[in-house]
Amino acid sequence: MRMPALFIAAATALALTAPAHAKTIDVAAGDGAQARLQEALIVAEPGDVVQLGAGRFVLTDGLSLDVNGVTVRGAGMQSTVLDFTGQQGAGEGLLVTSDDVTLRDFAVENTKGDGIKSKGADNIVYYRVRVTWTGGPKETNGAYGIYPVSSTGVLVDGCEVSGASDAGIYVGQSKAITVRYNFVEQNVAGIEIENSRDAFVNDNFVTRNTGGILVFDLPNLPVMGGGNVIITRNIVFGNDTPNFAPKGNIVATVPRGTGIMVMANDSVSIAKNHLDANPTAHIMVVSYPMPFKDARYIPTPRNVLILSNEFGLGGYDPAFDGGAELLAGLESRSLPNVLWDGLGQPPRASDGSNSYALSLNLPSQGSGLGQARPKVLLLPKDVPPPPVPVSQASKAPPYPGAPHELEARITR
Amino acid sequence: MRLFAAALLLMGAALAAKTAPAPAANDQAATNGTYPQTLAEYGFFTDAAGTKPAPGVTPYRLNTPLWSDGAEKARFLYLPPGAQAKANGDGLLNLPVGSALIKTFKLEGRLIETRVLLHRPAGWVALPYQWNAEQTDARLVLAGARIDTRTPAGEAISYAIPNKNQCKECHALGGQVVPIGPKARNLSAQWLKDFARAGMLDTVPKITRRVPLWEERAKAPLADAARGYLDANCAHCHNPQGAASNSGLFLAWEITDPVMLGFGKRPVAAGRGSGGLQFDIVPGKPAESILYHRMASLEGGVSMPEVGRASLDRDGLQVVEAWIKGLR
Repeated sequence: MRMPALFIAAATALALTAPAHAKTIDVAAGDGAQARLQEALIVAEPGDVVQLGAGRFVLTDGLSLDVNGVTVRGAGMQSTVLDFTGQQGAGEGLLVTSDDVTLRDFAVENTKGDGIKSKGADNIVYYRVRVTWTGGPKETNGAYGIYPVSSTGVLVDGCEVSGASDAGIYVGQSKAITVRYNFVEQNVAGIEIENSRDAFVNDNFVTRNTGGILVFDLPNLPVMGGGNVIITRNIVFGNDTPNFAPKGNIVATVPRGTGIMVMANDSVSIAKNHLDANPTAHIMVVSYPMPFKDARYIPTPRNVLILSNEFGLGGYDPAFDGGAELLAGLESRSLPNVLWDGLGQPPRASDGSNSYALSLNLPSQGSGLGQARPKVLLLPKDVPPPPVPVSQASKAPPYPGAPHELEARITR
Repeated sequence: MRLFAAALLLMGAALAAKTAPAPAANDQAATNGTYPQTLAEYGFFTDAAGTKPAPGVTPYRLNTPLWSDGAEKARFLYLPPGAQAKANGDGLLNLPVGSALIKTFKLEGRLIETRVLLHRPAGWVALPYQWNAEQTDARLVLAGARIDTRTPAGEAISYAIPNKNQCKECHALGGQVVPIGPKARNLSAQWLKDFARAGMLDTVPKITRRVPLWEERAKAPLADAARGYLDANCAHCHNPQGAASNSGLFLAWEITDPVMLGFGKRPVAAGRGSGGLQFDIVPGKPAESILYHRMASLEGGVSMPEVGRASLDRDGLQVVEAWIKGLR
């Protein structure tokens, strides 16, 4: 039988948007939750919803999802709790390795490693998910709360993370990213965008972390060249938790009291944020400080723009070597809003009297703070952009953020 | 132990007798889209205890195997009638659709689980089966299971049978499930020769550098013993297309870049797994090397590999420690 082409096209479109047999798989808390929930995550088919009931799911092992297009939905981030306090194995609470997945309305508590990790999981949505280490900030807590990595298309929206011993929300080696409307507190880093491109970080409430929002690029990784990031309309307030990251991790070097920190990235705009009560510095723009062997890596920040932010009191108790001495020499008893290590080109700023920066004036990449020759400067309004490699010159970078399809998936 | 030794003895016999004309194994179960509920449905074995291979099922061993709480393992390779594996240099044998790899785990003298890797038309599928108390059949456990048992060293452990997704975590390469074990460099020269002679392998591949036999590692160069161990135990995740690709730490046999191998490499997402240490490997200093620290840990979120072990591999640790100590 020959089917009319139009009919086939319509049927195909229907199959793509709503699989014919999409179903809801209900999973209740209670005895055998580990096996029942894991089995549901395995037998689910594209389009299915795994619906978690209200209550506490007591789990002994990490869970994982490897089916495209599945939604895992709970009864609310305070009602449905995946409790990993007794976890015996696996590196995270929930691992997602498939595309087009939506995680929403549930909580993950006390995982031994990371909270929720999605790797190579394109077009993922985390919506109103909570990840908490209930004992507060501790070095023995897991590293990342919400951890999408090696993915294209990431939306983290309306989530809450606290207690992560590395970053609450960490997006790594990914692109087309939106992180918005989240509440992150008492993590080492509140939000971290690392070795990633095209990220939009907006309207988050970031408080009581060691450092609020970090945009980093690190050497020797499969994906490098982070940049094209907009950080806007965030409230970055009172990030004063002492650094509790295990040594060896890059965030262990972040001084307590940092608001927004940019390290070795290209094209980062920091605009219209409200920064207050960050005792070391509201904004820090620095080069990668360690020695490295990687010819592909650029350790300096480029094209950083600081614009129209509101600054409250900050820089009044800097937590780095020599900070107290610096402070003693200043009449204001607080460091300027922006701290720059003095390497590469200075960030641009046009906030008038808010545009003063403290330059550490380091002589070269990798210099220790002992070699700082600090001075205060007014940041320039214009800086000639560094030369763009010919291969990239013709390409305009995409507007940062997750694809619209991801926003459409969640209804408010 | 005796059962498994018998199975290995059968290796020669199975190879000598050419592929039987009538398929004893159930090719339907191996290749259709369903998940057979019991191991018996495949017909890979002629006895209930899964030790006597059916025609087309060939026992094999790896020179240096993956360590799983000291469990004794019996490995079998199934080829459908008339099918032939193709050599691929010193790498993974190319097994045709319809093939299967079967691995049975035994602790305290009892069959624990059998993992089946099926090459279906749509790709490889990994399925875990748990043996019953009577040791007469194994049942599919998609969601995995935990069993209280003891290691050969006498440690009480909660042994974890991986769930279907965890099978894939280790077996995924670029998102697709692939076999890990039967790489020509990690198979014996004699076995490859016999397999080819039996018509089941197109040619005997040339191996320039073979992974040493684990029990004879003392005779092998230390670097080969350690790198063979890391290749078999770590490299399925720690490779550019594996589950740990984002770590940038790559431990496969063929890697030569010192930073990729961890020398002076800082961790990226180790969290408390770093143990307060700065580098994955500090040449000469195993105690300052994160790689060794995580191998020597039993704590969730720290210990490596993340799945598949609940006790310490003291032999493996010893070899890796000695290797790092000797590095300059």
